Amino acid sequence: MTTIDAPREALAPTAPVPAKRGRGRAGERAGIGTYVVLTVTAAAFLFPFYYSLVAGSHPPAELYDGSPPLLPGPGLFRNMGLALEQADLIRALGRSLVVSSVVTVATVFFCTTAGFAFAKLRFRGRGALFGITLATLTIPPTLGIVPLYVVMSRLGLVNNLASVILPAAVTAFGVFFMRQFLTQSLPDELVEAATVDGASLTRTLFAIVFPIARPGMAVLGILSFMASWNDFLWPFIAVRNTPTIQVAVAGIQAGYTPDISVILAGTVIATVPLVIVTAIFGKQIVGGITQGAVKG
Amino acid sequence: MAVDTPTHALTGPATPRSRPARRGSVGARSAPYVFIAPFFILFGAFGLFPLLYTVWLSFFEYRLASGDPEFIGLENYAWLFGSPSFYNALWKTFTIGIIATVPQLCMALGLAHLLNYNMRVRNFFRISMIMPYATSLVAATLVFASIFSNSPGGLANVVLSLLGMEPIAWTAGNWTAQIAIAIIVTWHWTGYNALIYLAGMQSIGQELYESAAIDGANRWNQFVNVTLPGLRPTILFTIILSTIGATQLFTEPFLFGNGAGGGALGQYQVVAMYMYEMAFDIGRLGRASAIAVVVLALVILLVLINAGLASLRTRERPLPKTKTTTTTGGTR
Repeated sequence: MTTIDAPREALAPTAPVPAKRGRGRAGERAGIGTYVVLTVTAAAFLFPFYYSLVAGSHPPAELYDGSPPLLPGPGLFRNMGLALEQADLIRALGRSLVVSSVVTVATVFFCTTAGFAFAKLRFRGRGALFGITLATLTIPPTLGIVPLYVVMSRLGLVNNLASVILPAAVTAFGVFFMRQFLTQSLPDELVEAATVDGASLTRTLFAIVFPIARPGMAVLGILSFMASWNDFLWPFIAVRNTPTIQVAVAGIQAGYTPDISVILAGTVIATVPLVIVTAIFGKQIVGGITQGAVKG
Repeated sequence: MAVDTPTHALTGPATPRSRPARRGSVGARSAPYVFIAPFFILFGAFGLFPLLYTVWLSFFEYRLASGDPEFIGLENYAWLFGSPSFYNALWKTFTIGIIATVPQLCMALGLAHLLNYNMRVRNFFRISMIMPYATSLVAATLVFASIFSNSPGGLANVVLSLLGMEPIAWTAGNWTAQIAIAIIVTWHWTGYNALIYLAGMQSIGQELYESAAIDGANRWNQFVNVTLPGLRPTILFTIILSTIGATQLFTEPFLFGNGAGGGALGQYQVVAMYMYEMAFDIGRLGRASAIAVVVLALVILLVLINAGLASLRTRERPLPKTKTTTTTGGTR
């Protein structure tokens, strides 16, 4: 996502004097109009969640009779139960939990070590290899799904969760993100001191790098979990018979008699975990998105 | 500092200067490569190799159901460039991309400007911006598909009728289907882009605003003369991201109309969907690969054009910029 970051810095000729950097014109107070516009926008952004609760709790007939319900009805849990049953959502939730957790742990670990190497270690080809890493960010993964499927079927991994985990187990974005984080927050002297003390790199990694990188790792972890949980196209192809939650929910729609209320109750189930995560860690996610995008 | 403790604990075997301790050159020579190896191995196996393999497969007749790839030269490309469905899919990708991206980025810019004010409940507003981004596209599309129901009783149509307009069969119409899909895309990404712009705005030095204010520039002038130029690289970044994203659009059109083909007339058939259907419904992997190759070439071309345009502008920039500041100073 942060492909263009290194260029970004290069493109910005008027790097502001750092003295007052960072606040923009935040000193100015917002007028009433600002509150009104932002409130309306927030409502528009949150409305679909609300509507899925409303529509998931009424029978389909009521949704389209010309006076669509605007308040939640009594049927939400019944419809969620039907969704769980029809699409075997419990198992799908379990699979998604496994996939997303493994992907998150792997991504955070591999990206932190690689980010550390790119940020603080000197080795031949570092610049070129980092350039390649950045360049891979621009490759749209969607365009590789056909051969990826061929690869996975040759490996016998179709309908095996490994086929969704492996391609996501380390990302260029994560490497880039952790490199930026460690460049800024890990002092060179600390790494040097450890070396002088004769610590192996592995020990340096666990004793110094990971503790310092923790806030960055947390943000990357949340973003990775989110991306993995929400992924659709590739799991839809690779694990169709052992669906993850998004694939399973999309599958309710493809049933013989798709019941829109059950579908929407299903979307509630697929969304709730992440909405909770986002509500709790919102500040960190916001920080992660903006950090990744701007700091060069 | 919490970090000091582990450092001191690190007094291991004392062979401190066995190696020339150049600045930053730490530890065993191969270790850095071990650290970056997982990325390159996994990317090589599941990113780069598939990509090269796509190019290779595009010269073969290769069926999903059976058989080995059979070399057929450029036949897949000949078929592709003679296929009206392909041009339709390209065109729909382009039009949906424009309808979804242009208003989205403009709104994001405006929202970022507002979010940059000092205000109460700032965190609530910022977090509400990412709620759509945190939602799965599957859930979002299914909810919006119900809102944009073809039935006159669907929510969007009821709103239209309150405004005195006729109900619309959203999925059936060419533009209405595209607009509905663009609205889903816009909903999902606007807040995300607003946060990126916000971060860009906050890195613009306040003294620029102060001097503009001293020069008597009003808020609009400040936005045009300070904020926009300062944001140019960030804007370019989001434009390139959106361009790449637009070529990959799949989930929204695929689930919007409940079925393959992108509508009876292919009114919302986009290239990613076309490629998917060619590979997994029709089962012709060679043809699907040719689609991927052509689209990839187009993406690279578009990104290069974007970047080229931007670098031209940036090169010109220092001059007009100083000029603007002086003019503002001169006229007020």
